[in-house]
Amino acid sequence: MFLAVTIPILFGTVFPEVVSKQAKMVFDSIDELPDGSNILLSYDFDPASQGELLPMAQAFTRHCSIKGHKQFYMALWPLGSPMVDLSIDTIESEYPNLVYGVDYVKFDYKAGGEAVIRMITQDLRGMFPMDSKGVPLDDIPLTKNIKNIQDMDLIVNVSAGDPGTKQWVQFAATPFGIKTVSGCTGVQAPQMYPYIPEQLAGVLGAIKAAAEYEAAIDEAYPSIADNPKAQEAKRRMGPQLVAHSLMIVLIIIGNWIFFVSRKRGLA
Amino acid sequence: MKRTVPLIIAIVAGFVLLIANFIPFAESWGLTAQEWFNILAVGAMILGGGNLLKLHLMKVSGQRKGWGYSVVTIVCFIATLIIGMFKMGVNPNPLTPDYAWSGYYLESGSGLWWIYQHMVVPLTSMMFAMLAFYVATAAFRAFRAKNTEATLLLITAGVVLLGRTYAGVWLFEGWLPESMQWLRFDNLTVWIMEIPNTGGTRAITIGIALGVVATSLRILLGVDRSYLGQD
Amino acid sequence: MRKRIPFITAVFATLALANVATAQAPAPPSDLSVQDTPDDSGKSVDLQWSLSNTDIFNPLLADVTLVDPSTIVATYSVERITTLDANGKEVDGEDSQWRVITEAGAGDSSFVDRTVELGWTYNYRICAIDNQGDASNWVEATTTVVPEMQMFDSSKAWLAIFMLVFGGFVAYFINEARSGKTLWVRKIAGLEAIDEAVGRATEMGRPVLFVTGIQDINEIQTLAGLTVLSRVAKTAAEYGAQIEVPTCRSLVMAAARETVESAYLAAGAPDAYQPDKIHYLTDEQFAFVAGVTGYMVREEPAACIYMGGFYAESLILAETGNFIGAIQVAGTAMPSQLPFFVASCDYTLIGEEFFAASAYLSGDPLQIGSLKGQDYGKFFSVLILVIGLFFATTVSLTQSTESAGFGSGALGYINNNMLGSEGLGSFGGGNTDTEGDDS
Repeated sequence: MFLAVTIPILFGTVFPEVVSKQAKMVFDSIDELPDGSNILLSYDFDPASQGELLPMAQAFTRHCSIKGHKQFYMALWPLGSPMVDLSIDTIESEYPNLVYGVDYVKFDYKAGGEAVIRMITQDLRGMFPMDSKGVPLDDIPLTKNIKNIQDMDLIVNVSAGDPGTKQWVQFAATPFGIKTVSGCTGVQAPQMYPYIPEQLAGVLGAIKAAAEYEAAIDEAYPSIADNPKAQEAKRRMGPQLVAHSLMIVLIIIGNWIFFVSRKRGLA
Repeated sequence: MKRTVPLIIAIVAGFVLLIANFIPFAESWGLTAQEWFNILAVGAMILGGGNLLKLHLMKVSGQRKGWGYSVVTIVCFIATLIIGMFKMGVNPNPLTPDYAWSGYYLESGSGLWWIYQHMVVPLTSMMFAMLAFYVATAAFRAFRAKNTEATLLLITAGVVLLGRTYAGVWLFEGWLPESMQWLRFDNLTVWIMEIPNTGGTRAITIGIALGVVATSLRILLGVDRSYLGQD
Repeated sequence: MRKRIPFITAVFATLALANVATAQAPAPPSDLSVQDTPDDSGKSVDLQWSLSNTDIFNPLLADVTLVDPSTIVATYSVERITTLDANGKEVDGEDSQWRVITEAGAGDSSFVDRTVELGWTYNYRICAIDNQGDASNWVEATTTVVPEMQMFDSSKAWLAIFMLVFGGFVAYFINEARSGKTLWVRKIAGLEAIDEAVGRATEMGRPVLFVTGIQDINEIQTLAGLTVLSRVAKTAAEYGAQIEVPTCRSLVMAAARETVESAYLAAGAPDAYQPDKIHYLTDEQFAFVAGVTGYMVREEPAACIYMGGFYAESLILAETGNFIGAIQVAGTAMPSQLPFFVASCDYTLIGEEFFAASAYLSGDPLQIGSLKGQDYGKFFSVLILVIGLFFATTVSLTQSTESAGFGSGALGYINNNMLGSEGLGSFGGGNTDTEGDDS
């Protein structure tokens, strides 16, 4: 398994991606909003799932930045906050024309999970009187006129568990009809599909969907295709292909041993 | 008495919050209850941390097997606590320079940031990455064609595993007629995930939701008290 | 939104060709209506208006190229005046003047004002503004509005009905059981196996490991896990086996200690209870797993029981248990982790079986009564599901351009009122959206 993963990483093989329906739905949800729409991005994951989720989180950031959407970052996981910092770094280095406080803003981690969501659907300041730099929301041009997250045009949630997409669907998307898309880990994805299309406008499940989403962005905005950092998920599909193939080989061997031993047992 | 009071608190709070859900006037009560819970949980952290320290100190003082690891635990625990609590290496917020403690606790270059970046991130990522190996061993054992159901599971697993990679497209490139494109593994994977899988998940979810409601009712009605240590 | 791109291009083309027009104001929006937001605590007001005739997003415009480019609407300015406060007195100061509440973009035809006070009287007006800053005439709302608080959130009426029906079933069967009727409950192999596992651990002189998941005490799965722990601890106390309970949350540790202590007391072995065996490790998920698996490899417990809410750690725990050859029983309501437990454990309680465990183990007729009630609730849900499926099928088979299809009214009602947020409403009155959620 170790070699199966390392060799493709070293060779850096990138395979072409066919954009699936799900990835397209997520892409369209962001792309079809008028430029400059308000988007809340909640990063509910931590370094453990960074490998699986960070590429799609970064892709969300890039896509929103290209479209000039107003980005509001927050995290329901304590270690989600440093993940948001990585996206902010991306904006600062790749989209220097965007200004903090005018085009994007970051709120700190708040404990409480679903309680945080319920509060900010009513009163954003009740939970976040200040941004992560300690500036009161009324002094930030971007947040001055935002009362609560019902003023958002879309919620993007990158989630590795609870609190995560399920809570956003239950306490924000469903009761207030706020359009929501989710990027989640592979094991979580099956639980999210039943929410489509009414409660969730789309789901990106694991790195494969992230790669397809990157491909969709590349197709619509070819200028980004030259940015190697924006191809991170696609690059990870190489190791995935080899690792999956190895697992299939292991399963076949397992079955072969099983049949041989059963035959011997019978004989 | 020791059990009756908590039971009454659970029952009263439960019913009040249940009804509050339907009354706009009381919509914030649940949030208040959650805040109380958070305060209690923070208080309990001291209990948990104290217990952790106590156990490991006992292990060290008794020089029991593996006490060296306990020393490492205690040192790390206290060091992280002090560095984090006193915001070591954190500069004051530039907007409020007069307040020495106003900086962001995870500011780049601060002590806690260093621990986070160079210890927490690699360690947790490593544990998560180990899942790949566990998945491989579990798959090796679980996916055996013992009977019809297991064989179906095995075939589905194969299709999804390949469908989630470029192989799902590549294997069928060039020879599969246009009308048969749905057979491509990536398309089959989407179908498997959207139809049979979603159906199954819905069934399990509905079952679980009803189980949650019934369990909640048992607790609210005081029928089930075993969580308080009573049968 | 994409369809509008050619329109915009056309508009710009016209703009380029046209001579510089004299400053002209855009056409005003019309029909501004205001009303108190229904089913809330009186903290907001809903506003709606019809788009201006020079708003290029107005769907009623036959040809947007005919709109004078200098009058194209850029924003709508909404203003508010407060006339009376909650006591019916006139308001003075800033609020008694018209003041801007929001600037809605072109194409927007509604707004929710959430900066109002309960019981005060407000009036609203709106105008359209073009790119040159020219404003249309003001259009005032025909009525004033007073935000009011509703005593019952009628949008949740169906939820309340479902809850009452379900609660009624459970309460009825608990009462049946109380009156002495015996109720049958099917055997759950996983729970039968617990006693066997504890027995084996006793024989081998090795401990029993019990993990209550990684969620806090406010999660129902942790509570369900604790009820199973109560039973396991009692069996362990009777057999004289040692039990080890590492926890991921401090509050769970405190609760688990109470549970285990009472179980030992009930088994008549209070002296054998060792509080230090129930200990807190860490809140951090993977650090917790590292701690528990380390213990498993060192002490080799003969039985590992996982009951509660688990995430990615499920597989690491169960595979390690498999590696040390322990008997493993798991129970969780995390659909995503069930496959891992099923693959690696000897027995797995799936979702509702796990919640039924405490009733099953206690053997208490009252608790078993609640299980029966739960089954009726399930039957009721399936019934609604089947009815919904029936109408969804007939609608899709019979709908045509002329008719909405057989049963579309019923389907719309199920979608919008029973499952949606339109409350009881009137049958067939709602929007008949047949594309709705089929759950």
